[in-house]
Amino acid sequence: MKSNRVLLSILGWVIGFIIFFPILWMVMASLKTEIEAVATPPSFFFIPTLENYFVVQNRSDYLNYAWNSIVISVFATLLAILIAVPASYSFAFRPTKRTKFKLVWILSTKMMPPVGVLIPMYLFYKNMGLLDTHLGLILIYTLMNLPIVIWVLYTYFKDIPQEILEAAQMECDDLLKIFLYILLPLSKSAIFSTSLLSIVLIWNESFWSLNLTAFEAAPLTAFISSYSSPEGLFWAKLSAASTLAILPIMFLGWVTQKQMVKGLTLGAVK
Amino acid sequence: MGSINLVGVSKSFGDVLVIPSVDLEVNEGEFVVFVGPSGSGKSTLLRLIAGLEEVSKGRIEFNGQDMTNLAPAKRGLAMVFQSYALYPHMSVRENIGFPLKMAGMPKSEIAAKVQEAAKILNLSEYLERKPRQLSGGQRQRVAIGRAIVRQPKAFLFDEPLSNLDAALRINMRLEIMELHQQLKTTMIYVTHDQVEAMTMADKIVVLDHGNIEQVGSPLDLYRAPDNLFVAGFIGAPKMNFLTGGEASRHNATTIGVRPEHVQISKSSGLWTGKVGVSEHLGSDTFLHVNVEGQQAPLTVRTDGEVQLNYGETIYLSPEEDKVHKFDNNGKAIR
Repeated sequence: MKSNRVLLSILGWVIGFIIFFPILWMVMASLKTEIEAVATPPSFFFIPTLENYFVVQNRSDYLNYAWNSIVISVFATLLAILIAVPASYSFAFRPTKRTKFKLVWILSTKMMPPVGVLIPMYLFYKNMGLLDTHLGLILIYTLMNLPIVIWVLYTYFKDIPQEILEAAQMECDDLLKIFLYILLPLSKSAIFSTSLLSIVLIWNESFWSLNLTAFEAAPLTAFISSYSSPEGLFWAKLSAASTLAILPIMFLGWVTQKQMVKGLTLGAVK
Repeated sequence: MGSINLVGVSKSFGDVLVIPSVDLEVNEGEFVVFVGPSGSGKSTLLRLIAGLEEVSKGRIEFNGQDMTNLAPAKRGLAMVFQSYALYPHMSVRENIGFPLKMAGMPKSEIAAKVQEAAKILNLSEYLERKPRQLSGGQRQRVAIGRAIVRQPKAFLFDEPLSNLDAALRINMRLEIMELHQQLKTTMIYVTHDQVEAMTMADKIVVLDHGNIEQVGSPLDLYRAPDNLFVAGFIGAPKMNFLTGGEASRHNATTIGVRPEHVQISKSSGLWTGKVGVSEHLGSDTFLHVNVEGQQAPLTVRTDGEVQLNYGETIYLSPEEDKVHKFDNNGKAIR
């Protein structure tokens, strides 16, 4: 039994390390010089330098991108939650014959490769003047995340005993009040972790951000990709840019770890 | 205060007809128990009255006023659920005060009312606790407290004691009866337990497959069941049913004799049987006797001190004036 446990924890560490390795490698590369960064065999021991970070900051305005990322991910998430909460509520508490079908249909939109609608979306955005705007990205990310947000909240709402809501219904005629005093306090942790999940997904999304923005509204994913440019690949600078890009979200993930795990396993663990 | 009238109420879920058509009168201040096996539609009927389900056809009246399509909160009824349905994020005080807060009552008044309800229900010490810190019985009392503070026109109880252990159930049963005596408010109580129905009700409504089989006082139903279903459902242990020759001797298809209306003797009697399993309760003994010519063993309720051996032959005689007769449709012959 004991040796089993030791084996398991070794296995855990190994898997953890494998998952973490790309991030470690990226951070290491960002602290090397360009020459060291492409050296074969790779060097594990080197004198760290912050030079890449200065270059990156000088060449492009990191804060502008970071601000865009924050604005877009936060507002798109808020909007998605605003739409998803009533939607999930009605799916969970007022199911009809077609509820299952609708839920699957909502999810099925996630199965389509986004590139399939790139051209119509691009033209639409162009005509509507939404290209390279915050609003444009907020809208597309809201739509992108809605299925997931609805499903996670739906699963959670379904676990709230129906009788609690019926008791509230007996005592209060105002749905909004029931929502504010009963449903929201009961599901705030679910809403919070779903929001985190949504923010992370948006933060890391690059397909739409690369295709629909240039500079004004470009988030950090565009910032990273600007370092794999026609001038060639600059691994060390690219790594420095990537590290900067994931830093805020890593930090957010770190401080909200517990909530995040809870959100990902909602409904799965009873 | 209120009387409740159901006029031709029916309910279907999709194509499934759960309640064909029910007419029922609940008088003001009455304690009415809906009793029936699971699937009898008793809870659905209660939920229709509460407004938690929509009526498919028919009318529900309150003091003569139609309230069929009124929202649940506007009916002025309070409901106590089987799972208590307390709000887990609120303290006992907030739980009990919630309906008043929703009604827009001033804080000081709410506080006073909550205190008063807590006192009646012995909850004063627990007001600051969360539901999860309470025992099952205390939770049930909080749920009742939440109902009381509203001073409803009627209380609706949906199997409120099923989640409690046996001893507590008997206690709470008495508390609810006591409450009814104090408040004199109409109460409708749903249960599958015929003992609860017999002990608590002013009026019992026996339901089966969504139909009312009989309405009456506990003793009416016990003495004169309208049909085989009511006869078998009311009374514990169950009434014995005999068919064949014994029944035709009474010009009936089936006759029923309650276990407490059979006399036993070691020397002579109408029926001869062999003693099967005996259940000793101390005060009573339930004998299961295999009678010649009958498929199911007869249950006999007899003195607690009786000692009979398994397989022993005894003689049984029913008290003739307490034999219930039923025709081939299961209806009582009187």
